[in-house]
Amino acid sequence: MGEPATKEVLSLDELEAAGGLRTGRKHILSILVENKPGVLTRIAGLFARRGFNIDTLAVGPTDDERISRITLTLDGALHPIDQVTKQLHKLVNVLKIRDLEPRETLARELALFKVSADGAGRAEVMQLCEIFRGKVVDVTKRSIVIELTGTFEKVDAFEQLVRPFGLIEMARTGEIAIARGRSET
Amino acid sequence: MRAVDALMECLKAEGVDVVFGLPGGANLPTYDAFYDAGIRHILVRHEAGGGHAAEGYAKATGKVGVALATSGPGATNLVTPICDAMMDSVPVVFITGQVRTELLGTDGFQEADTIGITMPVVKHSLMIQHPLEIPRGLHEAFHIARTGRPGPVVVDIPQDLSRADIPYEPVSDVHLPGYQPTTEGNQKQIRIAAKALANARRPIIYAGGGVVAANAAAELTELATSDRFPVTCTVMGLGGFPGTHEQWLGMLGMHGTRAANYAMDEADLICAIGARFDDRVTGKLSEFAPRAKFIHIDVDPAEISKNVPAHIPIVGDAKNILPRLTAEYRALAADPARLEEWWSRIRVWQERHPLRYEDSTDSEIKPQYMIQALYEATGGDAIVTSDVGQHQMWAAQYYHFPRPRRWINSGGLGTMGFGLPAAMGAKVGCPDQTVVCIAGDGSVQMNTQELATCSQEGIAIKVFIMNNGYLGMVRQWQELFWDKRYSHVEMGQWPDFVKLAEAYGATGLRLEDKNTLVADMKEAVALDGPVLVDVRVTREENTYPMIPAGQPARNMVG
Repeated sequence: MGEPATKEVLSLDELEAAGGLRTGRKHILSILVENKPGVLTRIAGLFARRGFNIDTLAVGPTDDERISRITLTLDGALHPIDQVTKQLHKLVNVLKIRDLEPRETLARELALFKVSADGAGRAEVMQLCEIFRGKVVDVTKRSIVIELTGTFEKVDAFEQLVRPFGLIEMARTGEIAIARGRSET
Repeated sequence: MRAVDALMECLKAEGVDVVFGLPGGANLPTYDAFYDAGIRHILVRHEAGGGHAAEGYAKATGKVGVALATSGPGATNLVTPICDAMMDSVPVVFITGQVRTELLGTDGFQEADTIGITMPVVKHSLMIQHPLEIPRGLHEAFHIARTGRPGPVVVDIPQDLSRADIPYEPVSDVHLPGYQPTTEGNQKQIRIAAKALANARRPIIYAGGGVVAANAAAELTELATSDRFPVTCTVMGLGGFPGTHEQWLGMLGMHGTRAANYAMDEADLICAIGARFDDRVTGKLSEFAPRAKFIHIDVDPAEISKNVPAHIPIVGDAKNILPRLTAEYRALAADPARLEEWWSRIRVWQERHPLRYEDSTDSEIKPQYMIQALYEATGGDAIVTSDVGQHQMWAAQYYHFPRPRRWINSGGLGTMGFGLPAAMGAKVGCPDQTVVCIAGDGSVQMNTQELATCSQEGIAIKVFIMNNGYLGMVRQWQELFWDKRYSHVEMGQWPDFVKLAEAYGATGLRLEDKNTLVADMKEAVALDGPVLVDVRVTREENTYPMIPAGQPARNMVG
């Protein structure tokens, strides 16, 4: 909505409401918080209380030891993202929140896949691993463990491909993210 | 200096002249410091009473209230007042004792995870990790409680840390990088809002507790009277606009007036100020104010578009924004005549559907009349607190609050037992004012123990119990929506409130005659010391009008 010039008549019919909208896509929130006890609990509690569902969550240090970075993803089809970020902003220990623009963002997660590999399947699994630029980090007679990094979607795709070979177990970190270029996340 | 003595210095530096609390093992050091700190401490009988008293004090004075409790059960008894203060945005600092740090996490005696238990219902909380944090932590607590959208802050202090010897230096400023409330209000948005008001044919101002909290009642009246904007308030906002003003439509919402609710329903522009579109206001959300565009002014950005999408959001302090909005509006020189049609429609609603009830033909006291009588007996200018239920709604309808901070109730959480201790706190904060509590016979019993505090401290509150022998609002819902199956709502006539008052060292009175009610109430108000008045009213009277829960405003009944 543009700002009407002084003499311009403002028609109420032309006003459009803002906020509360579902964007329909995945959002990656990068949240800088004070490195203090209980901060993660406050964030998790806020999400639970307001009925927001966290898809992935990763917490780690930043270049400043007093500050931690929480990267979390959630579904904008289910939640009004502006309401989520506004509620987060109310937490005193939350310093900064970026709702990262997908095209301007590098996002990666780390995953470990334990796949059964006894016999014929082994070569094929290792070939998939190579295509996805994964790394075999453990081998036994009956299984291999593959380490893979990439976007959430890439890891998902790999999971689907290796599942038929017998996915014994899997561990994923959830995405961490950083803005492209010189600007700060 | 002991950390607890530094704590006292901090309280004094924050201008604290009174605190409400109860000592125990974990806050013994703090209480030792109170012994000669020169701060008035009021010893309550139950921590919840102390918490609500601090709320009453804060609401009546606009200052930050302070309540103290020990660890474990002391702190858990504060949970209700903390939650209440959160829902109604009341600035209160709660200082709780905690077990020694070596016992933390061991299920020690009187240990409870106070920070964890209260986390969902605080504006902020902190547990002191080091004695040196005490002064700064305290000042941060007061700063956060008082600024932006006010609210409760809990400071939990382990017993051993409070005994430590620390160098104390006054803290002159607080720096919280993650807490910077927006107060200014965007000028462009204000200009657009003014234009929207100038173009509206059926505008209404919908003001909430934020106007009172921002001390912006005069500024609201300025805006409303810069043209003939109709005004309605939420139950939290009453007094934010004079209850006798000709542009006043009465309270809105579930038990609001038809004029206010119908005007919201038909409005083309609703200017919400410090209000949060609570379900008791909107009724069925999808059918709320279907023709309206919304200006939403609030200091809390998270309230904007939370329940109802705003067309013109303005984040900031109402006291700062309203004069600028008024000035922008005046500059547009809108034609007041455009509102005439709107007003004639409103006047029809007001004439056809005033607040009304059928008065008794004998000496029986109708509950609505009880409020009218109290309004008359107090000259309409007492500080009135209430509990929660039918009596609260009747008080909101029939006591026409002339100015802000005269009406103190639990709106958001709806806490029974709030009224009596809140009156105690209000009276301590405003000793020269008449402070009355309109209580229910059910509600009042949740905190009558504070009458002992009032007697001991000479806090002269006047409590008027609207006694119908029922949990009246629940009974009303059972009557209307549950086939009159009165399940566990009859309270009978226990206790004998007159004797109870006397046992507590207060004056007890019983009033049953309508014809002498005003005079009797005047006498009760004039008595010295705390007074508990048992007013016997019609037993099965319903609070009307009413929007049945979950229905749109135009479906009002009664």
